[in-house]
Amino acid sequence: MTTGTPHISVRGLNVHINGHPILRNISIDIPDKGITSFIGPSGCGKTTLLKTLNRLLDRNKKVKIDGQVLVDGEDIYGKGVEVTGMRKKMGLLSQRPFPLPMSIYDNIAYGPRIHGIRKKKDLDATVEHYLRATYLWDEVKDRLNSSAGGLSIGQQQRLCLARGLAVEPEIILGDEPTSALDPVSTQKIEELFLQLKDKYTLVLVTHILRQARRISDNIAFLYMGELIEFGPAEEVLLHPKEKLTQDYVKGYIS
Amino acid sequence: MNHSRFRLLKDRLSGNLFLTLSLFSILTVVLIAAGLYWKSIPILKTTPITHLLFSKEWKPFKQQFGFLTYIAGSLIVTVLAILIALPLSLMCAIYISEFAPVRLKKILLPFIDLLSGIPPIIYGVWGVLMIVPFIQEKLAPHFVEFASGYSALAGGIVLAVMIFPLLISILMEVFNTIPAELKEASLSLGANEWETVKSVVLRKSLPGILAATILAISRALGETIAVLMVCGNIAAIPHSVFDSVYPLPALIANNYGDMLSIPMYDAALMLAAFILFVIIFLFNAVSRLVLYRLEKRNYS
Repeated sequence: MTTGTPHISVRGLNVHINGHPILRNISIDIPDKGITSFIGPSGCGKTTLLKTLNRLLDRNKKVKIDGQVLVDGEDIYGKGVEVTGMRKKMGLLSQRPFPLPMSIYDNIAYGPRIHGIRKKKDLDATVEHYLRATYLWDEVKDRLNSSAGGLSIGQQQRLCLARGLAVEPEIILGDEPTSALDPVSTQKIEELFLQLKDKYTLVLVTHILRQARRISDNIAFLYMGELIEFGPAEEVLLHPKEKLTQDYVKGYIS
Repeated sequence: MNHSRFRLLKDRLSGNLFLTLSLFSILTVVLIAAGLYWKSIPILKTTPITHLLFSKEWKPFKQQFGFLTYIAGSLIVTVLAILIALPLSLMCAIYISEFAPVRLKKILLPFIDLLSGIPPIIYGVWGVLMIVPFIQEKLAPHFVEFASGYSALAGGIVLAVMIFPLLISILMEVFNTIPAELKEASLSLGANEWETVKSVVLRKSLPGILAATILAISRALGETIAVLMVCGNIAAIPHSVFDSVYPLPALIANNYGDMLSIPMYDAALMLAAFILFVIIFLFNAVSRLVLYRLEKRNYS
């Protein structure tokens, strides 16, 4: 496992939704930089865990959360935490791309505008920079003002990534971000992740083992709301310590 | 084999039956329009349509039937009602669907439903007892020298309250169709709830908001009894919202059956109904076109 202080530190996290326990006593240290993947069968709580990391989950009032999530050492569930500032640190990619109902340009400029960048020149530069970073620039530079809904699904997901990067986060959360994409688009997104992992901490949920193997540095295996095993990708996938992990990795349970 | 043929037959029969029934309900609309038109032919034959639509002269005994004041009355009251109701119900629907705690939501929703269940006559009485005196004593003196209180504004306010529940419930439906992930996308960029509502929810809901407004306007245009009680029913183009107006439905309701001994009056009232019908029809058609355009722009 990577040494050094963890970027995100989850301590004794319990989550109940509608009174049902979804996550039980999760403690995990997600290292700074690199790609950490959550794997596990459907319903194991990996998406729930991801969404507790930027407090999107507790918008829903039927959710009860105990425990601590420390980001850069600060408990994001502590009193007086400014949620918007905390969320700004984390980009989010959802299962399907959800471009905002506005133009391609405005999708990228939306975040920076909220955080106070007004000058057209600065915005133009930001938009171009992040569209280039996600290799969209050449594909969309002639139609920046047309609706983002007109892009292909793969392009939309890259746009969503660019949109998230434009607010200069430290962390990128991905909730099965390639599950709606075709193989070529998936490959592009994965390549982007591999480029980004030197600068950002990436936390991905995936149920595709091969994808986890291709891109992860660390893997956490969750089962029925519990963290079963966490460690460097190769160790978890090739030499799992726990019986459950073995069964999952070999395909006995899914 | 026999059994499956029987099932196939049943399938075809039920399909055709439903088709017939739905055609029947569509046919009613056509029949109503045709009936109204047919009944108003006598007056259309004697007076040019431009005169009927754009003349202010309403002198039944002289066979002069100009509908302009009535059409204006209907439109003014409806516009006022929408101007009052739309912002309020937008805020209300946004609050309930995006911000309100679950418990408050559960208390508020039945009240809104109740509001839509109150019969129009009660709104009318409430208008006469509360709104008309309020306008006469408190509001109008600041703006005009004399006002009876029975006015376009009173009609607008009463109508606004009447279309309030309809607007709120449709708008809430509209907001509920906005995917949670879309809001989360905005929130995850560090936007707060209000910024998310403003830039994402409202924008994405635009076609729905328009559709809700269309329904509300159609309802407002046709509302009769409550409006009739508070508008004053004086056929003149109003100089301000504190003047009385005489909306089309009130004209029909007040006079149909009473004055039919006057020649042509019958046809004139039928024409009034037909005009109302055409206004609502045209309005729906045009806004559907706009809606279609909006949706195309938003989703393609």
